[in-house]
Amino acid sequence: MIALRIDDIPVQAEPGQTILDAAKAAGIRIPTLCHLPGLSPVGACRLCLVEIRNWNGKLVPACATPVQEGLDVVANSDRLRELRRTILELLFAERNHICAFCVANGHCELQDLAAELGMDHVRFPYRFPPLPLDASHAKFGIDHNRCILCGRCVRACSEVEGAMTWGFAGRGIFTLVAADLGDPWGDSKTCTGCGKCVQACPTGALFEKGRATGEQEKRPAIVAALTERRPRAQG
Amino acid sequence: MPKVRVATAWFSGCSGCHMSFLDLDERLLEFAGKAELVYSPIVDIKEFPDSVDVTLIEGAVGTSEHLHLLAEIRRKTRLLVAFGDCAVTGNVPSLRNPIPRGEVLHAVYGDGSIPGLEEGEVPQLLPQALPLHAVVRVDHFLPGCPPPPDRIWKFLRQLLAGKEPELAPQDLRFG
Repeated sequence: MIALRIDDIPVQAEPGQTILDAAKAAGIRIPTLCHLPGLSPVGACRLCLVEIRNWNGKLVPACATPVQEGLDVVANSDRLRELRRTILELLFAERNHICAFCVANGHCELQDLAAELGMDHVRFPYRFPPLPLDASHAKFGIDHNRCILCGRCVRACSEVEGAMTWGFAGRGIFTLVAADLGDPWGDSKTCTGCGKCVQACPTGALFEKGRATGEQEKRPAIVAALTERRPRAQG
Repeated sequence: MPKVRVATAWFSGCSGCHMSFLDLDERLLEFAGKAELVYSPIVDIKEFPDSVDVTLIEGAVGTSEHLHLLAEIRRKTRLLVAFGDCAVTGNVPSLRNPIPRGEVLHAVYGDGSIPGLEEGEVPQLLPQALPLHAVVRVDHFLPGCPPPPDRIWKFLRQLLAGKEPELAPQDLRFG
């Protein structure tokens, strides 16, 4: 067992667990967005940043940092709250996250976190990029305006379904989640239509067709439920 | 105790926030006991008065008239409140922002002479619909589309009591 401290609470963790796992087991809440149990951690959204006191206050993503003996972790502080709120504001400013007529209104992890972290307005200028919506798939649609590039759909598609339909195209804030090599989703030769990407998506970016405002409820927990039922590789 | 001088204004929005305000129902009586509504779309006063304590503004800043009125309101108001998602984020009116203004107006009014492109009989449509705080200093933000009456009342009651309004996370919800 590995002994560490999180928010001044002594915590025991297994080797190979992450700081996020250890905090969760100890009942300490660290907000996450790109992290989804059942998928590999990528540390993409940085919402789970924690401070390591005995590393000179260095900030690390809790979801992708393994526990180490003697770590002194700060999971909640004014500095972290401010950083997490700023990250959210940047996400809101970058695309057109307009809750009022989103299919996921009321069922959105980005919206929930904004409320939880006390974001009452966005201090940065909104960019209003003209982004497309792809409704070519028979069952689903993707609205890039709602996408936060967390990659949960990409990982669910490759790691759970094994279809590898989704990938990232472009660079920086011009990055888009793209099916196959940028084809319309409906033309994809690899998509099995399983819908795991839709359930894994934390916002209204991926949705089932025929859903009106507030109707798209997500079930991201099915990803972990599926992986847990699989036999582990021996050795 | 003198009554708190309250104003409300309606910019680019659907009036849903004002409807939600009217949904305070019997609480409006308590409001009327503590506050005087000195300017609002629901009262017949044309000029924005001097020395207002609290002004709630619904809607995004979408036209040249909003710009003028917003500057005047800011000058004459002690506490300016962004009232509802359009005032806080731009919300629905800001959907036009990625599209050039001329295209938007032509799509709505067809070809021919288009009012609102230039300053004239009707106010000029601004290139983008913006949240209030992109233009002036805003003292408080009351999100929601519209903010539910309970949330409005929780917020107003604190303001009318001369307190700094505090909202719990569940009352900061957009949408």
